Amino acid sequence: MRALALLPLLLLAACSKESTVTLLNASYDPTRELYEEVNRAFAKRWLEKTGQTVVINQSHGGSGKQARAVIDGLEADLVTLALGWDIDAVASKGKLLPENWATRLPRNSAPFASTIVFVVRKGNPRGIHDWEDLAKPGVQVITPNPKTSGGARWNYLAAYGAAQRKPGGDDAQAKQLMAGLFANVPVLDAGARGSTTTFAERGLGDVLIAWENEALLLLNGASKDTFEVVVPSLSILAETPVALVDQVVDRRGTRTVAEAYLKFLYSDEGQALASKHGFRPTGVATLEPKFAKVSTFTIAEGFGGWATAQRVHFDDRGLFDQLYAVKK
Amino acid sequence: MRSPLSLEVPLQSRHLSALVRHRLAFDESVWVRRALIGLALSFVGLFLVLPLVTVFARALGEGPARYFHALTSREALAAIRLTLFTAAIVVPVNLVVGVAAAWLIAKFRFPGRSLLLTLVDLPFSVSPVIAGLAFVLLLGRSGLLGPWLQSIDVQVIFSTPGIVLATLFVTFPFVAREVLPLMQSQGNDQEEAALTLGASGFQTFFRVTLPRVKWALLSGVVLCNARAMGEFGAVSVVSGHIRGVTNTVPLHVEILYNEYDSTGAFAVASLLTLLAVVTLLVKKFVEWRTE
Repeated sequence: MRALALLPLLLLAACSKESTVTLLNASYDPTRELYEEVNRAFAKRWLEKTGQTVVINQSHGGSGKQARAVIDGLEADLVTLALGWDIDAVASKGKLLPENWATRLPRNSAPFASTIVFVVRKGNPRGIHDWEDLAKPGVQVITPNPKTSGGARWNYLAAYGAAQRKPGGDDAQAKQLMAGLFANVPVLDAGARGSTTTFAERGLGDVLIAWENEALLLLNGASKDTFEVVVPSLSILAETPVALVDQVVDRRGTRTVAEAYLKFLYSDEGQALASKHGFRPTGVATLEPKFAKVSTFTIAEGFGGWATAQRVHFDDRGLFDQLYAVKK
Repeated sequence: MRSPLSLEVPLQSRHLSALVRHRLAFDESVWVRRALIGLALSFVGLFLVLPLVTVFARALGEGPARYFHALTSREALAAIRLTLFTAAIVVPVNLVVGVAAAWLIAKFRFPGRSLLLTLVDLPFSVSPVIAGLAFVLLLGRSGLLGPWLQSIDVQVIFSTPGIVLATLFVTFPFVAREVLPLMQSQGNDQEEAALTLGASGFQTFFRVTLPRVKWALLSGVVLCNARAMGEFGAVSVVSGHIRGVTNTVPLHVEILYNEYDSTGAFAVASLLTLLAVVTLLVKKFVEWRTE
């Protein structure tokens, strides 16, 4: 009898010994398809190597919102966000990882990156070829709100940096371009996906400023014949960094597997998967032909890093507020 | 003495209502009446019926196979499980606490009674997003109780307990609000009679008070359940959106829609729509029973 009574307990003990480990990856919106495949591939490799089953749960949302959630207690072992500034916030406001997190992995902790391109309606009826064309009167530009969307900050900085860095360009010209550009924006959506929907499904606007990976996704879908991609002469290299959250992995005892996961993103297999899903792998010599040749500058080259860019452009009463106020 | 009097009143009112009906029927021209009825019906059709029909049309647009596939995906099943689990805790708790609160307020006089009455309505007057944020600020990592919760290794926000708490909060008034007016209008006469005949307090409550409000109670429970399963704002704030773990059905609908899977989104949404229809039918039945 007693043996029978103990049986469920023994079974339970056996189950918990059967080692399964879970990780939570807090990411931004457009990476869902990417990490779905990466997680499957990594789980397979990890099982082969260690005999341990790993289940990786995903949480997706606007990059800034996700950072906020991790600070407020979302138990994410990994943060894979749209911009370094959001991981900086997790480090500085939440004290959940060291402030020098970006130096812990190669290439500023960005195993892959993207850039900012234009999506226009088929045939490019408005003749949009470069950043200047977005500030022309009568052109409607769709871009999300840089206050809330990581992608929108990249859009903004790409435009500003391109105007500043082109031959003969300077700050005054960049400001003029931005004022013209934002005067052409009929609606600022909160997130990049919202803007894509506004442009693609509601049919608003002549040009959508977007992540290259979102643009490639749009062209892969049913709307192949409705849109085309225009690559500007100069754009930003949007590094999308990854980090493990020290406080969380140490409490949960998941550091080893979390480190292996991040390393996997840098492996040949991880890089190939990134490329497949429209992200530019940072560790390969030649990119697949679907990635247009575009000269890029980084946030460090163009703006001296996120802290400065944030303070000058996006903080309250920063340059974006001034430019957008002009419109109103 | 009583019976002729009580007969007379309904007779009079029936007579009066016939008169009123007669007057109404001949006051306006046929066309005005038809136009007004048409306007009302088309408004209802446009703003209530059409959206509901659209949900089902879009859900089944790519055939039943695709529809059932969307409903039985791992993430959809997990969302349905979580929503049912949440409702299974929230509805009974709010039933007990809601009836207790209504009973206290309706049948007793005590200091702080009007404060309690105000507090019952609080969740209705606070935006659900604020309710969710309040829980994050209270129980989140950097919140008031966050460090303590962390020291005993309990995760509340961004996991199931947080979702249950937020749902409890926003659905609290439903039962109390349905039962309270009825209890108040019924007065204390029957309870007093029961007590003078020797019934205990509990006997009075279960044999006299409760049976008299049972239909209002049922209607409160149905509404509470509908809101518990459909709540979006507060739950969205405390969920953390972990796929297959902390996504409820409404959150899952939003995710699917944002991922351009509108068939899937509408398929899952159709579950919530069905819930709404069932809720309305039950409510209608209850109203019919009480008349």
